[in-house]
Amino acid sequence: MKDFFLVAIFILLFVVVFQIAKSSEYVSVLKGEEKTKRQNNKINGFMMIAFLVFGLVGAWYCNELYYKQTLFPQGSASVEGEKIDLMLWITIGVTGVVFIITQVLLFWFPFKYQEKEGKKAYFFPHNTKLELLWTTVPAIFLTVLVVFGLKYWFKMTNDAPKDSVVVEITGHQFAWDMRYPGTDGVLGKTNYKLYNQPAGNTLGVDFEDPASLDDLHTTKMYLPVGKPVKLVIHAMDVIHDVGLSHFRMKMDAVPGIPTTMWFTPKYTTEEMKVRTSNPNFVYEISCDQMCGQGHFSMRGEIIVVSPADYTKWLAEQKPEYFTMYPDKDPEKANKAADSSSVVNKPLAQMTTTH
Amino acid sequence: MSSPVTLQDTGFHEAHDAHHEHHHHETFITKYVFSQDHKTISKQFLITGIIWAIIGGLFSVIFRLQLGYPESTFPWLEDLLGEWAKGGKLHPEFYYALVTMHGTVLVFFVLTAGLSGTFANFLIPLQIGARDMASPFLNMLSYWFFFLASVIMVSSLFVQTGPASGGWTIYPPLSALGDASSGSKIGMDLWLVSMAMFIVSSLLGGLNYITTILNMRTKGMSMTRLPLTIWALFFTAVLGVLSFPVLLSGAILLLFDRNLGTSFFLSDIVVAGKIMPNEGGSAILFQHLFWFLGHPEVYIILLPAMGMSSEILSVNSRKPIFGYMAMVGSLFAITVLAFLVWAHHMFVTGLNPFLGAIFVLLTLLIAVPSAIKVFNWLTTLWRGNIRFTPAMLFAIGFVSLFISGGLTGIFLGNSALDIHLHDTYFVVAHFHIVMGVASFFGMFAGIYHWYPKMFGRYLNNTMSFIHFWVTIIGAYLIFWPMHYEGLAGMPRRYYDFSQWESFKHFGGLNEFISLVAMVVFAVQILFVFNFFYSIWKGRKVTNLNPWEANTLEWTTPIRPGHGNWVGEIPEVHRWAYDYGKDGKEFIPQNVPVGADESKH
Repeated sequence: MKDFFLVAIFILLFVVVFQIAKSSEYVSVLKGEEKTKRQNNKINGFMMIAFLVFGLVGAWYCNELYYKQTLFPQGSASVEGEKIDLMLWITIGVTGVVFIITQVLLFWFPFKYQEKEGKKAYFFPHNTKLELLWTTVPAIFLTVLVVFGLKYWFKMTNDAPKDSVVVEITGHQFAWDMRYPGTDGVLGKTNYKLYNQPAGNTLGVDFEDPASLDDLHTTKMYLPVGKPVKLVIHAMDVIHDVGLSHFRMKMDAVPGIPTTMWFTPKYTTEEMKVRTSNPNFVYEISCDQMCGQGHFSMRGEIIVVSPADYTKWLAEQKPEYFTMYPDKDPEKANKAADSSSVVNKPLAQMTTTH
Repeated sequence: MSSPVTLQDTGFHEAHDAHHEHHHHETFITKYVFSQDHKTISKQFLITGIIWAIIGGLFSVIFRLQLGYPESTFPWLEDLLGEWAKGGKLHPEFYYALVTMHGTVLVFFVLTAGLSGTFANFLIPLQIGARDMASPFLNMLSYWFFFLASVIMVSSLFVQTGPASGGWTIYPPLSALGDASSGSKIGMDLWLVSMAMFIVSSLLGGLNYITTILNMRTKGMSMTRLPLTIWALFFTAVLGVLSFPVLLSGAILLLFDRNLGTSFFLSDIVVAGKIMPNEGGSAILFQHLFWFLGHPEVYIILLPAMGMSSEILSVNSRKPIFGYMAMVGSLFAITVLAFLVWAHHMFVTGLNPFLGAIFVLLTLLIAVPSAIKVFNWLTTLWRGNIRFTPAMLFAIGFVSLFISGGLTGIFLGNSALDIHLHDTYFVVAHFHIVMGVASFFGMFAGIYHWYPKMFGRYLNNTMSFIHFWVTIIGAYLIFWPMHYEGLAGMPRRYYDFSQWESFKHFGGLNEFISLVAMVVFAVQILFVFNFFYSIWKGRKVTNLNPWEANTLEWTTPIRPGHGNWVGEIPEVHRWAYDYGKDGKEFIPQNVPVGADESKH
């Protein structure tokens, strides 16, 4: 019933607008076309100025409402991202001035120079000086923006510092998986052909490679604050994208072509909760490249902690090798030795599966 | 000028005699369906484009319902869409199909075919002084290939697994693997075949436009006397002819990868638990092929709008366009640069940073010719005697939107900033304003300005003014706040944000945007109504030159027949912009230069 009324009201509105429009045409014939034209010109000229004023006030009001909700009041959560914020402010400054000047002129001229009887337009086909002026001035401003932009771009896309914490992140429909290199500091090799869902080897890790034996496999990313982090990015199926808006970082995950990016977290998750006065604050990894029907739910979490907590967390994790082959786990093996009845079984199993 | 029908031009008489005879036996089919008259073909493009615009707009209204009201259900949606909206809630896969189709339809079918197809066909012969296109037959084929493309695209909406749903950019592997998304099954094949037909259509059209402009100008119409509309349509055709074949090759290779087991774009893939045999391809290669068209494509959409707005601003300011040569030069510069900036869509794909740097430089260079155009438009308005026709309002609106959307391009073209803004709502806001809404404004301006020439009647003024003001206010209300969502990192192409701590607080804003979008859509329906109603019931045009314009189309009869001019084609003696010269209101192009006339 409600829907019916909505549709009825909508149609009624349409009919009313149409009738008014139609009758205004008859009125214009009665009044004389010239007079109607002048009237229309006045109304639209006034609307130009009204639109300009309300538009500028509206832009200011929109900023009042939503500036707080952007990420800029809380600042970049990575050291490198500060450059992006600075770059953003420079660009807003330059474009903002141009925006206001051009829009004001654009709506003020039509109001000021609307058609008046007996007035003649000024014949002004070209002026080389003026044209040169607005070719060179934008070119100079753009050069400044390019120089700043490229300086920061090269800095951010340069090789990661040697002492970076290395984490591998792999996207697949529709979740993220992380791998840490373990105590040897080297990530084991992977090969997508070794993918084996039933055995739990969802990332195709090559366990023949000794470097992979101490690697950790997690679903949340823990990072130490204040140390550069290098992400090695993979995708299993389609293109994904590691989007880290708080750190101002983003990089595609492309199947077959590993990519990297690096940044230095500035605040722990706990510190960010205070900075944003949001007790539920969490660094989120969003997938920023369309990847299928679950794209919008491809969410990952980063937990930034103090270096001490990070070392502690690392020590608590069990290498993936041991979760896949529990019999190889020294801890488990010790326990198994106590109950001698099961001692040989996992070992035998291990030899057959490996 | 309005002298009775006399065929004085003997050349015309001889060359078209057979043709002319044929006219008397014209049937409904040859006159309205398989017509070779450029004016009829242009109307076919326009009306097909309008139908597509309504469909494409409706798609966006439906997916905006999901974004605005993620917690609600709409039972009538289930009645409308069945399986795709079980329980009155859009299925995510179908949401993505709608997003994909909205982009495809509006970018290609409305703003390429509907815009260039309409105005290049209509204006080129009329404004350069030609009886028709160089090849009317290819011109007819161009429309019918577009029609075929439309039929195939529409049919993809009705296949069981749904239409393509990987975004209008159809990046593989998502678009290559049916296991990755149900829209990548038969729907994707149909999309690719439809696009191939579409490209054939636009190549046939483009070749025709270029040939006609270069070879068929009337006596005295040198290239430097062409109206800016024609210059813009010329460069648009050049862009299309040189870049669309690259997309065609990409589409064909993708069809091979999908159906013949090749690996152009595929390597190292495990999908739905299956290890794929493909090795050695590159998913990034497709993006290069796609954007080599994709970026020129935005100028294919934008240039006709620029050309028409330049013409309309000048006519209604009663002043010459300021800096004609600079306007042509900047169109040329944009055309050249359009081919050299494609990888700015790929800054975060792992592109070599050095290559990225070059693309930053070339991308920001485009801002220079764009700035020239904006300042020249402003100077054209300065000290004019401005008439607010509906076309003029839309042309002013076009400039406003071009400024707003162009300036945000300076953010995105700078790779360092793009890292943060890439694939967020900032991008959505940017390209909708600068290429979507701005080009629509150019198209509306063109329709309002040349409607009297097309149909011999006027559109209703009151409805036109309502259309303009609601649309421009609505467009800013929809897209301005989206920049803030983008600055907060909110990703585009998300079905639902309620699970995200970082983005869920924009729920209220999303609802507001959806509401405004519906109002704006309703006003477009008002326009469509005005358009069709006025074809039959609009006020009749009684004046040969209702806008007092200089260009040649206004020297034809009110309703020009096939061949456009009765008798001789007028000879051109001057450029198209002698408004307000020597105290004269306007001097049409076919008026000989007087002995005492001043030079400029």
